[in-house]
Amino acid sequence: MSAVEKGQLITANRLRDGIAVFLTTSGNWSESIDEAVLAVEPEAAAALEQRAREDERKTIVTGSYLVDAERRDGRVRAAHIRERMRALGPTVRTDLGKQAEGKGAFFAAPEGE
Amino acid sequence: MYRYDEFDNQFVRERTRQFRDQADRRLRGDLTEDEFRPLRLMNGLYLQLHAYMLRVAIPYGTLSSRQMRRLALIAERWDKGYGHFTTRQNIQFNWIKLEDTADILDALADVEMHAIQTSGNCIRNVTTDHWAGAAADEIADPRPVGELLRQWSSLHPEFSYLPRKFKIAVTGAPNDRAAVKVHDIGLRLHRNEAGETGWEVIVGGGLGRTPMVGVTVRGFLPQHELIGYLEAIMRVYNLYGRRDNKYKARIKILVHEIGHDKFREEVEAEYASRPHPSTEVEERELKRIAAYFAPPAFESLPRWSPAFEEAKLSHPAFARWAKNNLGPHRVDGYAIVNISLKPEGGIPGDATAEQMRIMADLAERYSFDELRVSHAQNIVLPHVRKGDLFAIWQALEDTGLAAANYGLAGDIIACPGLDYCALATARSIPIAQSIARRFANSAKQDEIGRIKINISGCINACGHHHVGHIGILGLDKKGEEFYQITLGGSSAESASIGTILGPGFAGHEVADAIETILDTYLKHREPGEEFLGTYRRLGAKPFKEALYATA
Ligand code: HEM
Ligand code: SF4
Repeated sequence: MSAVEKGQLITANRLRDGIAVFLTTSGNWSESIDEAVLAVEPEAAAALEQRAREDERKTIVTGSYLVDAERRDGRVRAAHIRERMRALGPTVRTDLGKQAEGKGAFFAAPEGE
Repeated sequence: MYRYDEFDNQFVRERTRQFRDQADRRLRGDLTEDEFRPLRLMNGLYLQLHAYMLRVAIPYGTLSSRQMRRLALIAERWDKGYGHFTTRQNIQFNWIKLEDTADILDALADVEMHAIQTSGNCIRNVTTDHWAGAAADEIADPRPVGELLRQWSSLHPEFSYLPRKFKIAVTGAPNDRAAVKVHDIGLRLHRNEAGETGWEVIVGGGLGRTPMVGVTVRGFLPQHELIGYLEAIMRVYNLYGRRDNKYKARIKILVHEIGHDKFREEVEAEYASRPHPSTEVEERELKRIAAYFAPPAFESLPRWSPAFEEAKLSHPAFARWAKNNLGPHRVDGYAIVNISLKPEGGIPGDATAEQMRIMADLAERYSFDELRVSHAQNIVLPHVRKGDLFAIWQALEDTGLAAANYGLAGDIIACPGLDYCALATARSIPIAQSIARRFANSAKQDEIGRIKINISGCINACGHHHVGHIGILGLDKKGEEFYQITLGGSSAESASIGTILGPGFAGHEVADAIETILDTYLKHREPGEEFLGTYRRLGAKPFKEALYATA
């Protein structure tokens, strides 16, 4: 078992096309959740929020918020199913969205039952 | 056929120009999201899980082939090749970019379409029977009155800032296919013994968080009083409707809180207090509108088509489709074709651009250039000669649109749910797919007969689960999806809200549960009795026992 890092990442929708994006260590927004920076301490999370609000003002993204997540072996998994879906695309159209563009998360789509 | 008049056309163009400017200002940063959100919602643009979503109005669900082809073009050029037809007789595109939206609205305006009145606290686009103008049981086509209401309510200053959104549905037939009892205002046409027609006015129905069946405030209102009377209803609502709490702001809450009788009194008092202006203008307007909905030039045909009968005999699959998917037309020799957008394992209501084009071609060739979107998320060719049915079926077969499950267990209504929707608590579509797979056997579906299964991915109830004979509501239980089942709902004439059966189920258990419920029905039904009839006769008990006793 490798180390698991738990924390919060910040996500938003890119303003011009609405695509779900995640704030990275370099301060950019990536479509891939794996590139998200994870804040472990509350102060770090607050700093991410601050940064995201600035990017909202700069009209890069809109509607940013914090999400519980964990990183394992360099891959990131959000705690809530809704956020896992945003990181993948629709589970009923695995031919579309991030999962189809090589930007998906590592976990599989929740089962189609 | 229905079309916009010159006024509308100009108006839609102006709105599109305004929106282009608003979107530019937003992208430049001159507008904040809080400022822009109401503007984009007014133009049907939502922000969803994966991208923006554009909801395009299809008034009365009526489309020409040209308009359907335009939807196909939008799907291809600005989306990912498909669209989702909804229970509000609209279409939604799931992968829209803000920066493209004004171009899309222009492309819609070219074919007299738009996305206005698909959201916001206004009177939403009026919905009607998807068989309007075609159904054998119809007293009169409800669309002219729907259109009169639309023109009256669009941008009516008094009704642009209602406490909450407002939905009106109209049916001209005794068999209610427009769910009028679960709308804010429902209108249902009746004919009395003297042969006159009048409108039953039903108020305060609705689904969502607080589902309710509407109450009749007038049983038989002459048509020329309609606008005046509805105005009185709107005034009472505008005056007393709650604006402090959006969950209590719908007219259904008002009707419920002050009581039916009091509400009726208030409306009658308001109606009586105003001088009734001459209705001459409205009547002239109604005549003008009716011309847009004039019936097509039907041929006079024999009721019986030998070609149709022979094709059924030689092709059992066609015969089954014809039995399940056709509706009785009011003109001899014609039929209503219901194209099921519920192929087994497919996504309810989704159609590809190619499928849209093929349906458009079929409509152009065989159905007077007309298509309808039904609130069950299917497509209707309203006026087809019986002799052409076989050719249509073959074309549908070739493009995966010949599912013969109209009105059966496979014809499931499902909202987009957590696969697309930002408000969802659970997925809906995979549940629909698992149930459809379970009943893939057509003999079993035919044996079960008419049944409505409705699925919503959250309490907003876009999938109308409360009025499904079997309703399924997806919820979030500590981060896991789980599903609550209700039985006994109906949106038809004898509307009712379904009752929760018992504890919920995990997603992978739902199809089993539905099968158990339907097997219980098959065991207990009387000859000819549909599921709803058996449920109403026996109540929940046998179903509960079958579902929970063994657990
Ligand atoms: C995916 C984006 C959607 C969003 C954000 C959305 C949002 C909502 C919300 C918030 C409500 C509740 C309104 C209230 O309580 O007054 C609602 C109701 C409703 N929605 Fe949607 N919806 C969406 C998609 C759909 C779709 C795809 C359909 C059709 C299949 C649909 C049909 C309806 C209907 C019929 C109701 C109303 C029930 C009633 O108010 O009586 N919606 N929607
Ligand atoms: S019912 Fe809920 S999940 Fe389904 S479309 Fe409506 S808001 Fe979204």
